[in-house]
Amino acid sequence: MKNILLIIQREYLTRVKKKSFIVMTILGPLLMGLMYGFIIWAAISSTDQKQIDVIDESGLFINKIPASAEYVFNFPNISLEQAKSNFKESKRDALVYIPADILDNKNGVKIFADSGVPLELQNKIEGSIEREIENIKLTEAGITRSLLESAKINIGSETINLKEGGEKKSSSAAATIIGFVCAFLIYMSVFIYGAQVMRGVMEEKTSRIVEVIISSVKPFQLMIGKIVGVGLVGLTQFTLWILLTLGIFSIGGSILGSKLMDSQSSLSQAQMSNLPPEARELAQQQMQQGGSGIPTEMMPDIFSAAATLPIATIIICFLFYFLGGYLLYSALFGAVGSAVDGDTDTQQFMLPITIPIIASFIIAQFVMRDPNGSLAFWASMIPFTSPIIMMVRIPFGVPVWQLVLSISLLIGGFIFTTWLAARIYRIGILMYGKKASWKELSKWVFYKG
Amino acid sequence: MEQILEIKNIVKQYANHRALDNVSITIPKGEIFGLLGPNGAGKTSLIRIINQITAPDAGEILFEGKHLNESHIYRIGYLPEERGLYKKMKVGDHLLYLARLKGLSKADAMDKLKEWFIKFDIKSWWDKPVEDLSKGMQQKIQFVATILHKPDLIILDEPFSGFDPINANIIKDEILSLKENGSTIIFSTHRMESVEELCDHVALINKSEKVLDGSKKELKEKFKDNTFTVKYTGELKNTPGVFSITQVENEDSLYTGIVKKEENASINEMIGAIISQVELRTFVENIPTMNDIFIRTVNGVPSL
Repeated sequence: MKNILLIIQREYLTRVKKKSFIVMTILGPLLMGLMYGFIIWAAISSTDQKQIDVIDESGLFINKIPASAEYVFNFPNISLEQAKSNFKESKRDALVYIPADILDNKNGVKIFADSGVPLELQNKIEGSIEREIENIKLTEAGITRSLLESAKINIGSETINLKEGGEKKSSSAAATIIGFVCAFLIYMSVFIYGAQVMRGVMEEKTSRIVEVIISSVKPFQLMIGKIVGVGLVGLTQFTLWILLTLGIFSIGGSILGSKLMDSQSSLSQAQMSNLPPEARELAQQQMQQGGSGIPTEMMPDIFSAAATLPIATIIICFLFYFLGGYLLYSALFGAVGSAVDGDTDTQQFMLPITIPIIASFIIAQFVMRDPNGSLAFWASMIPFTSPIIMMVRIPFGVPVWQLVLSISLLIGGFIFTTWLAARIYRIGILMYGKKASWKELSKWVFYKG
Repeated sequence: MEQILEIKNIVKQYANHRALDNVSITIPKGEIFGLLGPNGAGKTSLIRIINQITAPDAGEILFEGKHLNESHIYRIGYLPEERGLYKKMKVGDHLLYLARLKGLSKADAMDKLKEWFIKFDIKSWWDKPVEDLSKGMQQKIQFVATILHKPDLIILDEPFSGFDPINANIIKDEILSLKENGSTIIFSTHRMESVEELCDHVALINKSEKVLDGSKKELKEKFKDNTFTVKYTGELKNTPGVFSITQVENEDSLYTGIVKKEENASINEMIGAIISQVELRTFVENIPTMNDIFIRTVNGVPSL
């Protein structure tokens, strides 16, 4: 036992002290933060206004197309030909032509520009013209816009879980997101840290240190020590990533926050000015309630629904399935590392291990849509897929007996793979200069001591 | 004589070949024991069983009369033939790690390591990563790691491979001083001159079976063929019933011949018969070298 601790200590410290670990641990969240920061910054700062001339021969739209943060519309009283010939000197970004017979000629509008016309601009102009024409036609038919608005009804539905504990408000959106994130983290960590175990075993074998070590400790102890040591490295890295990410986002958030608020209010004002007056009033009410341009009902809904999710269950299960999945697969990765004599040989043995991991991730996409179907059930029972699939299902609520069964099967599963891996490992690490075949591996399993 | 290790009827079977077939060897305490044999004879399999790296299919091993068990691991030091170190680790950390796996406390290991670093004058290596050392330097580190915990039984598999003659001599002296301090050394090698020089006892394994063992003296006695090298002037003839000449060369008037003593004659009788014929200058008994014994046994030449 003392020796296993020594091995765990070495495996842990040599990895944690590595420059690449420190760099990855710090740079990972920093890069994430920078990436999001850049995207937000790019979205905010691309607000230089574009000047657009509108030649309106119909006279219906003069001063009716509202300006926004991005676009300012001018209505010079000149002909199209004049405007076109002056276009270069006028330094306008685009020129819009609306023909006199716009009400009958739907396709008469033309937009001129030096380079391509942004889709946004095109949509905006088309939208403004459409709305004005709509108003005109409505008025002709004797219908006011407010009458029309009142005829439109928005239906929002709540999803409610019927369970023993009574009715619970739930949000399938929140459940899907949380389940997916957990499943993805497990998927990534099995690959990253499983591969580290494999490389560690290969390093010991190819550098020939292994025979000295196993004259002091049992091969099984060396293997378990490595698996646990790397697992702890994984937990350390995840913890640091989470803390650093939270730190960066809270610092970055407060810096960006003020700027974000400014631009948001200006953006939403611009958005509002696009809206017809009646809708504008509604939006203003919402602004007062929510303080942002996002409709108030939507966001709190997700949060309150997330709060009704079984958070404690999710966290405990995440830790369990993370460890279970990691132990199950890293033992197999370790066995592969012991059976090969160099990087090039790993491929043939890696494939059967990676296939179930990748398959579970693909199955997860289906399970998200139908978290209680028979595919979801079976995939969350089989230990090779359950760590990823069960995490997708848990936020939607899983019957206790299924959870217990799945956990028992996973424990059984990793005891089995660890046993199997240890049988292969103890022979494999001493087979120098030989490329093992599947047949040989199966024989090793049954060798004595 | 006291035994440190009794190997009894060990059998090790792999899928399609038997690595050890009913091998029994007794290893006396405080001596250097040569474990010899051609490549693939089963030496490494036996050494791994003694180190409890693998288990035998049949047979048993007694360490000082007790069944070999995990507690004996700390009393054995093993330098395998296929050896290496963690390349990225620092020399000092590495040695500390190996010493602690052999049951030493950190402080104890540190004290012992300091002695060795001073003895070998390698203090400057402590903080260097292993990969910065030459192969010979790494071998030295491995040797220190093998004997640091003062094991009672030291198993060295080809210890001199990779050493230059100067360092090989340093290691040889260390092996001899370990013996003087009471350790038993099992020494596996192909280099017969070092067997000749160091070993007190040898066992020869060929094709998974032990074909020979005994003290060096006994074996030489057993393998000597009653021939003598004589140098003389004059003319020497066979004397039936006492000796026969098998080979003669001459350089000017000095003859060098190899004579074979007949079974029943004594050496004194033979010398008498020779000096009655010629002026005898040199008379030396031909003692077989370990190399002769090895080759003759492995090639199946019957002993004379």
